[in-house]
Amino acid sequence: MSVKSAPVLHTDAILADPRTRIIVCCGAGGVGKTTTAAALGLRAAEHGRSVVVLTVDPARRLAQSMGLTHLDNVPRRVAGVDGPGELHAMMLDMKRTFDEIIEAHADPERAKQILSNPFYQSLSSSFSGTQEYMAMEKLGQLRRSDEWDLIIVDTPPSRSALDFLDAPERLGRFLDGRFIRLLTAPAKAGGRSAFKLLNAGFGLVAGVLTKVLGANVLKDIQTFVSALDAVFGGFRQRADQTYQLLQAPGTAFLVVAAPERDAMREASYFVERLAEERMPLAGLVVNRVHRTPATSLSAARSAAAAEELEARGEHELTAAVLRLHTGRMQLAAREAREQEHFISAHPTVPVTQVPAMAEDVHDLDGLRQIGEMLAEAPKGTRAVG
Amino acid sequence: MSARDTDWDGVRLHVVTGKGGTGKTTVAAALALALAAEGRKVLLVEVEGRQGIAQVFDLPPLPYEERKIAVAPGGGDVFALAVDPEEAMLEYLEMFYGMRRAGKALTKMGVVDFATTIAPGLRDVLVTGKTSEAVRRRGKNGRRVYDAVVLDAPPTGRIARFLNVTSEVAGLARLGPIKNHADLVRGVMASPETRVHFVTLLEEMPVQETLDGIAELREARLRPGGIFINMTRPPLFAKATLDAAAKGHFDAAELALGLKAVGLADSGNASAMAESLAEALTAEVADHARRTALERRERRTLAGAHLPRYELPLLADGVDLAGLYELAEAIRAQGAA
Ligand SMILES: Nc1ncnc2c1ncn2[C@@H]1O[C@H](COP(=O)(O)OP(=O)(O)OP(=O)(O)O)[C@@H](O)[C@H]1O
Ligand SMILES: Nc1ncnc2c1ncn2[C@@H]1O[C@H](COP(=O)(O)OP(=O)(O)O)[C@@H](O)[C@H]1O
Ligand SMILES: [Mg+2]
Ligand SMILES: [Mg+2]
Repeated sequence: MSVKSAPVLHTDAILADPRTRIIVCCGAGGVGKTTTAAALGLRAAEHGRSVVVLTVDPARRLAQSMGLTHLDNVPRRVAGVDGPGELHAMMLDMKRTFDEIIEAHADPERAKQILSNPFYQSLSSSFSGTQEYMAMEKLGQLRRSDEWDLIIVDTPPSRSALDFLDAPERLGRFLDGRFIRLLTAPAKAGGRSAFKLLNAGFGLVAGVLTKVLGANVLKDIQTFVSALDAVFGGFRQRADQTYQLLQAPGTAFLVVAAPERDAMREASYFVERLAEERMPLAGLVVNRVHRTPATSLSAARSAAAAEELEARGEHELTAAVLRLHTGRMQLAAREAREQEHFISAHPTVPVTQVPAMAEDVHDLDGLRQIGEMLAEAPKGTRAVG
Repeated sequence: MSARDTDWDGVRLHVVTGKGGTGKTTVAAALALALAAEGRKVLLVEVEGRQGIAQVFDLPPLPYEERKIAVAPGGGDVFALAVDPEEAMLEYLEMFYGMRRAGKALTKMGVVDFATTIAPGLRDVLVTGKTSEAVRRRGKNGRRVYDAVVLDAPPTGRIARFLNVTSEVAGLARLGPIKNHADLVRGVMASPETRVHFVTLLEEMPVQETLDGIAELREARLRPGGIFINMTRPPLFAKATLDAAAKGHFDAAELALGLKAVGLADSGNASAMAESLAEALTAEVADHARRTALERRERRTLAGAHLPRYELPLLADGVDLAGLYELAEAIRAQGAA
């Protein structure tokens, strides 16, 4: 059940290296990205760095323990950190972040027009890539402010880990889409013939939309789109800058996964994608691994012994313990298999493991414990809890 | 409707939600099988374009078309439908305006894509609209075509917005036919014939999301149904034993005796071996005890929602087709269908 052939991921070395300026924790939903990000932040701060953790969706009690009780979209200092460094944390407010971009890129009149448009409100609060995009935007802002020597980013709870990398592109594609060009064309068309062609199509579309949605809707869409178009150049540029930031050598991606099929597969995709994008992968954190301190007793022997005791009607307690142990050994074996699939496909990716704690992680002590376990090299066995 | 009394007699639309990955699709599929048992006809609908139904039933991808995918215990049919918003939009334009060709032109121009991206509320009204049409549909004999419809819905965080279509669309289209359509759909979603079930695990975050989701639904005047506690494990120990173990008072000596009796300390210094193995296993029991205590707390928290609760076992080898029927049986045995 140890992870045999993979190189060891030394998280402490990454945290201690002053050249590390950004750590991005990514992976499928629910695997422990937020927990890992917060635990690394605390550990780095307690080892002397000045850290900001950008979390997206911390569990309520974890947020409370870090003093993140209200969303104000700026980092707040976390109390209770032992050691020379400082830890700041913030929770992303995606709508506010979007509003701020608009305000930064449009003149006040136009900004007002956009912010009050119902389509903008819909886009900024529920477009399926907005959260990812805004997490990236915020990361760019934090980095540019240069107030912290280490930024740790948690990524949104997407189904797919790739969403984080794809979101800016997706928003860009959307804003570049045919229909948007159609809507904005009359305002900026240079060539007459293009104008005419577009207008013919536009007439048809306008007719249908008016009939189905009512007349005001079309007007709202058009106002929104042309206003957005005006600020879009700036938008693009920022997204490109942030993307470059992610490729810089001071960035380290940590892929977080649970030792389950879907999560490990997701981790595989992500690792391949990072390589394609030339983004620096630090390694894989396998979180919530089940370990047992009694590996010398195999699942098969344990099950047979339990059965024998049950058949004899003796030592009921021992039989139950053996049943529990059997289940644990089977689970550990399954988890090891899932990890081996990843390792044989990506033999050079450094790996570390974090055991599943019996309870959720919701205070600084819990985070400290996770931080310690992250730092330890994976061993064959270790007691949990 | 049936000879048996179930908790949801009279409910025609079962919406299944829950935190991501807790088992929404699996439970929706098992619930559809359970509801179809003994000769009834049930439609299982998915709306997120992920082909989740095909996956759990081990079938090739489903088209946008109602087709029979499974036979329920004791006879009865489960039909499935993977709703595609773009197709639903075309259907809608055709049905209400006779504008299929114009609809196609819109699709080509990227309008549908645009509209459903920029305004997920529009997308939602299309897919919930299709679902409510299936709920209300009647055959030539004047009876409903489906005894029940089960909807594999978006996760908890989005469920209230998803079902509360009117208010989502209202900001965008204050008047006009789409607004009227939304009102009609909202009527179905809020009717006493509709219930929203929650799938959860006995873990802090899914439980918290469940409670938040229930509160949000109630605020929106939608009706929560049952809570399906998924992936539970049968208790191995008496509560007293676990409580003792959690406090470090587990009877390791008795365990060591048992290990010796069954020959798990069979070479050299048998009693020292039994003791060290007993010690390691005791640590395992203590961990298990803490976990069980947490699960007990989460169960209590869920009880505070005052909704019927059902428990579905963790299937050790994952959910294959046989497993799905096993879960359906558990659902029936507990009176949820
Ligand atoms: N009772 C169970 N026993 C064992 N495994 C289960 C059980 N219920 C669900 N699973 C497994 O858990 C995983 C997630 O289930 P499922 O896809 O149904 O969740 P979901 O809530 O629909 O996920 P998503 O949010 O991604 O749509 C699947 O691999 C499924 O087979
Ligand atoms: N190693 C662990 N042991 C026990 N619980 C964990 C562990 N890692 C994470 N958790 C718990 O799992 C839940 C989901 O973790 P979270 O970090 O929010 O995941 P993500 O950000 O990837 O969605 C939280 O309740 C957290 O406390
Ligand atoms: Mg998270
Ligand atoms: Mg699903």
